[in-house]
Amino acid sequence: MNTAISISGLKALLPFLIMTAAAMVVMLGIAFRRDHRFTVLLTLAGLALGGGSLVFTPFAPDRYVTTLVLVDAFAGYYLALLFAAAFAVVCLSYSYLEIQGGHREEYYLLVLLAVLGAAVLAAATHFASFFLGIEILSVSLYGLTAYQRHRDQSVEAGVKYLILAAVSSAFILFGMALVYAEVGSMEFARIAIRAGAAGGALLGTGLVLIIVGLGFKLAVVPFHLWTPDVYEGAPAPVTAFIATVSKGAVFALVLRFFGNMDIRVGGALFLIFTIIAVASMFFGNLLALMQQNVKRVLAYSSISHIGYLLVTLLAAGPLRLNASAFYLAAYFVTTLGVFGVVTVLSTRDRDADKLDDYRGLAWRRPWLAGVFTAMLLSLAGIPLTAGFIAKFYLVAAGIGSALWLLVIVLIVNSAIGLFYYLRIIGAVYSMDGPPGPSMPISLSGSAALGGLTLALLWLGIYPGPFLALIGSLMQTAH
Amino acid sequence: MILAWLIIIPLAGGVAAWAAGRKDGHWPRRLSLAALLIDAVLFVVIWRDAATEPALARGTWLAELHLNWIPQFGIGIHLAMDGLSLVLVGLTLFLGMLSILCSWTEIRDRIGFFHANVMAILAGILGVFLSLDLFLFYFFWELMLVPMYFLIAIWGHENRQYASLKFFIFTQAGGLFMLLSILALYFIHHAGTGVYTFDYSLLLGTPLAPMTSLLVMLGFLISFVVKLPMVPFHPWLPDAHTEAPTAGSVILAGLLLKTGAYGIIRFVLPLFPLTAPVIAPAMQAFAVIGILYGALLSFAQTDLKRLVAYTSVSHMGFVLLGIFAMNTTSLQGAVMQMLAHGVSTGALFILVGLVQERMHTRDMERMGGLWSAVPRLSGMALVFGLAALGLPGFGNFVAEFLVLLGTYRMSPATAAIAAAGLVLSAVYALWMVQRAFQGNRRWSGSLPDLSLRETGIMALLVIAIFWLGLYPGRVLDITRPLVSTMQFIPPSANQLDARTGGPAHDRMP
Repeated sequence: MNTAISISGLKALLPFLIMTAAAMVVMLGIAFRRDHRFTVLLTLAGLALGGGSLVFTPFAPDRYVTTLVLVDAFAGYYLALLFAAAFAVVCLSYSYLEIQGGHREEYYLLVLLAVLGAAVLAAATHFASFFLGIEILSVSLYGLTAYQRHRDQSVEAGVKYLILAAVSSAFILFGMALVYAEVGSMEFARIAIRAGAAGGALLGTGLVLIIVGLGFKLAVVPFHLWTPDVYEGAPAPVTAFIATVSKGAVFALVLRFFGNMDIRVGGALFLIFTIIAVASMFFGNLLALMQQNVKRVLAYSSISHIGYLLVTLLAAGPLRLNASAFYLAAYFVTTLGVFGVVTVLSTRDRDADKLDDYRGLAWRRPWLAGVFTAMLLSLAGIPLTAGFIAKFYLVAAGIGSALWLLVIVLIVNSAIGLFYYLRIIGAVYSMDGPPGPSMPISLSGSAALGGLTLALLWLGIYPGPFLALIGSLMQTAH
Repeated sequence: MILAWLIIIPLAGGVAAWAAGRKDGHWPRRLSLAALLIDAVLFVVIWRDAATEPALARGTWLAELHLNWIPQFGIGIHLAMDGLSLVLVGLTLFLGMLSILCSWTEIRDRIGFFHANVMAILAGILGVFLSLDLFLFYFFWELMLVPMYFLIAIWGHENRQYASLKFFIFTQAGGLFMLLSILALYFIHHAGTGVYTFDYSLLLGTPLAPMTSLLVMLGFLISFVVKLPMVPFHPWLPDAHTEAPTAGSVILAGLLLKTGAYGIIRFVLPLFPLTAPVIAPAMQAFAVIGILYGALLSFAQTDLKRLVAYTSVSHMGFVLLGIFAMNTTSLQGAVMQMLAHGVSTGALFILVGLVQERMHTRDMERMGGLWSAVPRLSGMALVFGLAALGLPGFGNFVAEFLVLLGTYRMSPATAAIAAAGLVLSAVYALWMVQRAFQGNRRWSGSLPDLSLRETGIMALLVIAIFWLGLYPGRVLDITRPLVSTMQFIPPSANQLDARTGGPAHDRMP
């Protein structure tokens, strides 16, 4: 295989190059002028440029740049999603960090690097790019999680994340080695061919180890133990970033890596993913019921949401990619929105993660409460919101492939989930809230939340155009 | 397009009311009422057309609207109205206006948001009664829930958090089963025809294997009987009705319960014409149990509002019985009962609300002798108590009579047991009047009698219930085409076997 990169190959790599350049520009920018707003503007410009370059990127189903990355419409869609999510996170982070003291500028450097890692994951078709992507992403996230060094919780969360991510990387590496030992190739396509035929013990073990490693990153049961602590300890916008960009990119990789294998034929793989999905749904929702801390509730809720999402991986046919693409878009919007509200309500001393912080919010800040309610209802899958159409699409994909067990578990869990979402909503609208001084919400924060709410309603009420877009993009993928 | 306006106008009115509520308390009320009045004018226009148009005789839709919504999934905005939808839309607008009027002094907190919620619920209910696309139907079905949850959770009484949560989870869980069934039907239809569609008229003839058909039907049915509610799916009802503010109780009892019955008539019977008769005997049994159980529990209550709430369980049992007795007479009785129960229970809840507003209690032990203090209010309570027990002259009598007559044709024993429910209803209705309004005073002070506004509300309700009772022909005429087009096939023991060889095979993937 040709390893040289042609001009058209460079053009296809444009979004990645822009992200790299943006990180360097931001670093130099900080060196010359340490100014929060300036750095944020540079970062946003970099992300916007990266997103804009997607328009000019020549996506094609066979646009391999070396054997490491495949820049097809599938990658393009996820790049757009990741850049947009990072854009929203940066907007939210600005209002969050503005009230914090200390060195705030390097935060954005880490965000850009993490986005770069995530972007590589979305386009990876080779173990080398897979591992590079996941490490760039993880290393940046250690820094981001522990960014507030003056808070014990934040440091604790960072260390926890570091140890678990290192362990998961070890699992992935070992798995890769085993797979390579049997297949003799690190390209996804070749591995998939071998996995489809009767694979040997080495290949099987290798794949299971990779699943374990990816399971950590996706925070699915039984690899979820770090999630609530990290969600609780990390600064709210970083939590939003982990929940969306990190998990979304890893899921795109899962789709790319396992999507090529015929999971139905595999038998064992199907069983493993089914068990993980069912366990994630049940554990996520049942444990969320017992939480008092809003960030922990959302952590467990995100575990169950990834469980729902796994249904698409198991579904056969063309619906699979479309359903997961739509679900992730809806999940991104909703999760960013809900953590966005947590972010803008957080104070200098602590994040707004107690249920009491939300009591009577509706009467103190009706707009913010409206946004929060819409986001929670979307997580619960109630009509008019993106979450409803997304869940509907999941159920449709599941029934279309006759995954009755998974669909029924999903339905039961949707009902369980209502309890804790409604408990938060009930607190928001309770009459006995504290009067509380209300500080103004920064412009960037309200702009991000406004945009997310509009996206939520647009996807929920008139999803036709977006579905058509996904349909045309995913048609050319695979 | 007139059908879309019927839904859009209340929604817009609700938004306007919300916005207006920031400045002044009276404008939300006026705006909401105005929006419903505009809707009522549209309703009258359709009603008059319905009377003259020969369309009614042919049994086709009085009005129809078909737009694309999400073409990728075969989802359209398909609204249509026939006689059944027409009378239920009428009931919705009537009770909607009354619930705005009866909250005029009761709701003093966050008036704008309250009216936004009421109008959103009404729009959702109208959508349910008009949707002929199953996805759209489910959409509206769920849309009713959230504002209703807010209504109970924010403006409810002491135990509102518990009641609202219970209400939401019961109905939402039921709804999810319906979603499964809708999707199953969607994929089976696609497997047979190659067309992805949620359109009711296209899905109607979908051939189903007996076992599949039974499972899919049960999904729909669970959702509907939770709403209805059928014993043993009723535990949410007494809590939700009791804790809700008056307007919430009126809408819950008068309208939300009717959506369950409507769903069975509109979807379960026509979509599963062969399977529905198979479970009819079981459903009849549940219905009779509901009639008796609701009446007995009602009798045992000391909370006036809870008493009225349990009567709903009993009365909706008659609706269920009428539907599953499966003949023209009983079905007409069921529709009649839906209307009559809407009016009479709505009236009782408003009366309880008026009593509570005056006495700040719903406990009958602390009432008694109200008649001498508030004669007009008490007289009204007696009138609607009599309506609830099914005295001739009231709509409830016509309805229950038709249901029993239809049931008697199918199974005299069932009819006989159900008729015992009428005796029990006399007991609880008179018991209520006796304990709360007659006898010795167990309270002190003085109470104001009905104001002009309240008298007006009650007068409208009295006219409506007597109109249904004395002149039911009009309603029966309008709903007859639908009822008579239904093909009722009597259940037989070997039916399941007989149909296995038909064209339908188990297409469930």
